[in-house]
Amino acid sequence: MPNYYQPEIETMPYEDIRALQNERLLKQVRHVWDNVPYYRKKMEEKGVTPDDIQSIDDLYKLPFLSKDDLREAYPYGLLGMPLSECVRIHSTSGTTGKRVVAFYTQHDVDLWEDCCARAIVAAGGTKEDVCHVAYGYGLFTGGAGLHGGSHKVGCLTLPMSSGNTDRQLQFMTDLGSTILCCTPSYAAYLAESIYERGLRDQIKLKAGIFGAEAWSEDMRRDIEDKLGIKAYDIYGLTETSGPGVAFECSEQTGMHINEDHFIAEIINPETGEVLPEGSKGELVFTAITKEAFPLLRYRTRDICVLTRKKCSCGRTHVKMSKPMGRSDDMLIIRGVNVFPSQIETVLLQKGYPANYQIVVDRVNNSDTLEVMVEMTPEMFSDSLGQIARMEKELVAALKAMLGIMAKVKLVAPKTIARSEGKAVRVIDKRKI
Amino acid sequence: MTIHQISVFLENRTGQLAEITRLLAENNVNLRAISIAETADYGLARMIVDDSHKASAILLEHGDILSMTPVWAVEVPDRPAGLSELLTVLAEGDVAVEYMYSLFTHKDGHAYMVLRITDEAAFTAAIAGTDIKLVGMEELGLK
Ligand SMILES: [Zn+2]
Repeated sequence: MPNYYQPEIETMPYEDIRALQNERLLKQVRHVWDNVPYYRKKMEEKGVTPDDIQSIDDLYKLPFLSKDDLREAYPYGLLGMPLSECVRIHSTSGTTGKRVVAFYTQHDVDLWEDCCARAIVAAGGTKEDVCHVAYGYGLFTGGAGLHGGSHKVGCLTLPMSSGNTDRQLQFMTDLGSTILCCTPSYAAYLAESIYERGLRDQIKLKAGIFGAEAWSEDMRRDIEDKLGIKAYDIYGLTETSGPGVAFECSEQTGMHINEDHFIAEIINPETGEVLPEGSKGELVFTAITKEAFPLLRYRTRDICVLTRKKCSCGRTHVKMSKPMGRSDDMLIIRGVNVFPSQIETVLLQKGYPANYQIVVDRVNNSDTLEVMVEMTPEMFSDSLGQIARMEKELVAALKAMLGIMAKVKLVAPKTIARSEGKAVRVIDKRKI
Repeated sequence: MTIHQISVFLENRTGQLAEITRLLAENNVNLRAISIAETADYGLARMIVDDSHKASAILLEHGDILSMTPVWAVEVPDRPAGLSELLTVLAEGDVAVEYMYSLFTHKDGHAYMVLRITDEAAFTAAIAGTDIKLVGMEELGLK
């Protein structure tokens, strides 16, 4: 039995969604033109005016916004409303440069919380549920977003924030939390703690909504098994409000993007060209209902695929795949887009350690891709034939994932430097 | 009556084997046989040492990847056709030898060969009734 928070919107026929997007886009472009000088200047530089945008088909004419723009416009440059109309800010924990600060009117907060409520209901949440929000509260959007969504659904909301595992587990058992919202890594940690302390019988969790970090299907299964729950993915960025831009339904095969609020595009990260449905590329969002921070064509740098394939849950909104990597990490090898994360996925699937290094080079005008993988005691065998077979299998799995041939180089353990902060995963000799 | 063999993974890097043998020497482990198998990209060193438990502990500590494999040690007369006679017997018994190499030790006009044969039944059947003599760890002074 599918659950919807706003059924008339979530199951709206595609033509109606598109009509709604058209109408909202035109209004939004005008709003931005009138109120955001930074973006207006970008439009003028491209020779575009609001009159050039008559429908979604004209979206490609608009300039992109990137994280660099947000830094440059810090703090008020992209503000679309008078500060007196704003009620909240959130901010990203940027590792480099200036922070990004996003603004919200009460209306923005309302719509964002609706999106989070849709995610909670899609995960089976009702007003009977106890929603345990263990995302960080504060500048980070995770806590506030799911907290607000939980209120809208009418769940009993536990504003736990992150950390203090003893207290998390105490409330979880004493108050019977049924839905856990946190990052997947924290969920895995809590699951491990519950498992170790033998608390499995004392918890009532049935679902988890985990986002804000990359996580694999293996991790999902692990968390689901340990906690006896269904684990759902949720997607969002501070720049586009926060979690809830897209969320997973019962089918667990991608996240429905809330298309009444966002127009999603997939572009070629190199050229900016818009790619057709089903193509892998960089995800770009245009917020069509946001007032205070109305970003048009914001480049997320997340690489994924969009699909309009009919979903068994009955929702009609487009689905995005789990992000496969960051456009900044993308390598183009023999004309094919390759992401280190894809290689990592194959290694983990095949039982190799995730400690690897990719060497790209150009020999006789042709790109070469070599993946250095550390041998493990489990993989090692006294038989060279056996090692060669495993190597062949790995090469075949990489070929299937990447679409191009990669050479595998097995190296001794601890040969590849362990990460102190960030490991050097890619050595691209072509640039030298 | 197999004996212990240590196989160590070698990546194709100069000096790695020297490092391993030096490590064993420093710890007073006596290398009684060694054989290298390799491809263009990696290889493995198969070794018979006087103290396999001590050697494997040292190598593991050093971060090497290894496996212990049971192999057969066979006495071979140290004269022309010595090895040929053994191999003929095995061939007639349809015994597949994955690899073999010789032990450094010679004694009383005999040499020793190390053989990797997985089909134990076929092997013992083939040498039954012949004068092929297997030697054990103790006889070779191994532990
Ligand atoms: Zn669905």
